[in-house]
Amino acid sequence: MNIIEQIVSGDVRATARLLRDIDDEIPTAREILRELYPYTGKAFIIGFTGSPGVGKSALVDQLAINYRKAGKTVGILAVDPTSPFTGGAILGDRIRMQRHFVDPGVFIRSLATRGHFGGLTKSTTDMVNVLDASGKEVIIIETVGVGQDEVEIVNSAHTTIMVTVPGMGDDIQAIKAGIMEIGDIFVVNKADREGSRKTVRELLTLVELGARRRNGDDWEPLIVETEAIAAKGIDKLYETIEKHRNYLLSSTNEKWREILEKRARIQLMGTLKDHALQVLLQRIEAHGAYLDEMIQKIVEKESDPYTVAQEILDKELGWGSSATAGTSE
Amino acid sequence: MEKGRKLRILVAKPGLDGHDRGARVIARAFRDAGFEVIYTGCHQTPEQIVSTAIQEDVDLIGLSILSGAHTYSFPRIMELLKENNAEDITVIGGGIFPAEDIPKLKQVGIKELFEPGAKLKYITDWVSNNIKPRTGVAFKK
Repeated sequence: MNIIEQIVSGDVRATARLLRDIDDEIPTAREILRELYPYTGKAFIIGFTGSPGVGKSALVDQLAINYRKAGKTVGILAVDPTSPFTGGAILGDRIRMQRHFVDPGVFIRSLATRGHFGGLTKSTTDMVNVLDASGKEVIIIETVGVGQDEVEIVNSAHTTIMVTVPGMGDDIQAIKAGIMEIGDIFVVNKADREGSRKTVRELLTLVELGARRRNGDDWEPLIVETEAIAAKGIDKLYETIEKHRNYLLSSTNEKWREILEKRARIQLMGTLKDHALQVLLQRIEAHGAYLDEMIQKIVEKESDPYTVAQEILDKELGWGSSATAGTSE
Repeated sequence: MEKGRKLRILVAKPGLDGHDRGARVIARAFRDAGFEVIYTGCHQTPEQIVSTAIQEDVDLIGLSILSGAHTYSFPRIMELLKENNAEDITVIGGGIFPAEDIPKLKQVGIKELFEPGAKLKYITDWVSNNIKPRTGVAFKK
């Protein structure tokens, strides 16, 4: 069996090795991804986001039980931050999901952000595709959720779940509209803590404020209270997710297709950017010293980043400044 | 070595030994040395450890144990790695081992054992020098 056949048949080692190559941006991975692409598009993708410590991993662990009971295979991508100083990372989300380790129907992969935009969005989307092609029917992405990158990630999920805990009341008021808008479901975890009713009310207010922006047939975000460690509220969460999934699939709206389009766009743009930059950097590297010279010029204020960038593009890609979009009279 | 391949290491404690400070310290040292550490902590069965190692495609498994159960769990882990065609994953151990057990453990395939007093820098240097990430997946149509 070649690698494609192995992955499509669900071979764990082959899948794990390809995920690693994607993570490390090994060039052959792109070829394999291309061949795997026709096998993607079947999985239902759930994105979990929210501040560190709110209980996302515990919720994912519990939710996976429900999906396994329903006979679905599950893929989990758990993202943790890379240390900006050392480049290393401790990936500890898995520790909350131990009950699933020897279940062949669950594949858990821990990833580090590796500090860059491309590493968070593009390779995660590629990894989702691999898990999808390997036959995982539900894929759960768990991210840290404190930045713009994570908003992109959950834009590529079918259902996005924002998790919070009581006692973050004032913080919810201050949360930027963008993050609130991406939540299809809001979970108040550790709901046994003081202030959980208040938190739910504040979320409801925010949902109502968003109502003006929604059309009649749009999904109104639902709020679920859970206590993940005690396994409370999980069935309700599962039902709510399924409710959203049914809404997406119902024939009266184009939501499912919209999401497919969004994902395709993210993938295409991500791949273009990465590939183009890679080629460009290779060409610049072949010219050795001149990039350092350019940087010195910028520091000495003899030039500026915008001019240098244009010069590089002109030199490496043969672009004249007439190729710059939107500048003609 | 291909540009930018990160070393991935699983740090786990097999068996009932609940003393995880050493494992946490080594996990942090590995992170500070630039490695990606999958930390699954205490109470891992050999089956859980091997399954994790394969799913996470680690280059190295670091087993931490102070309870004496290494005589069962370490060989069992080596056995499971063999059964799953994952013998290319290196296994090292840290903790407390009677001197007479060390050659036996190396015989079953444990590459190195680090005893109390081993300096963190010594361990991370050993890893940097002895463990390499594997090559990329070959693709033939």
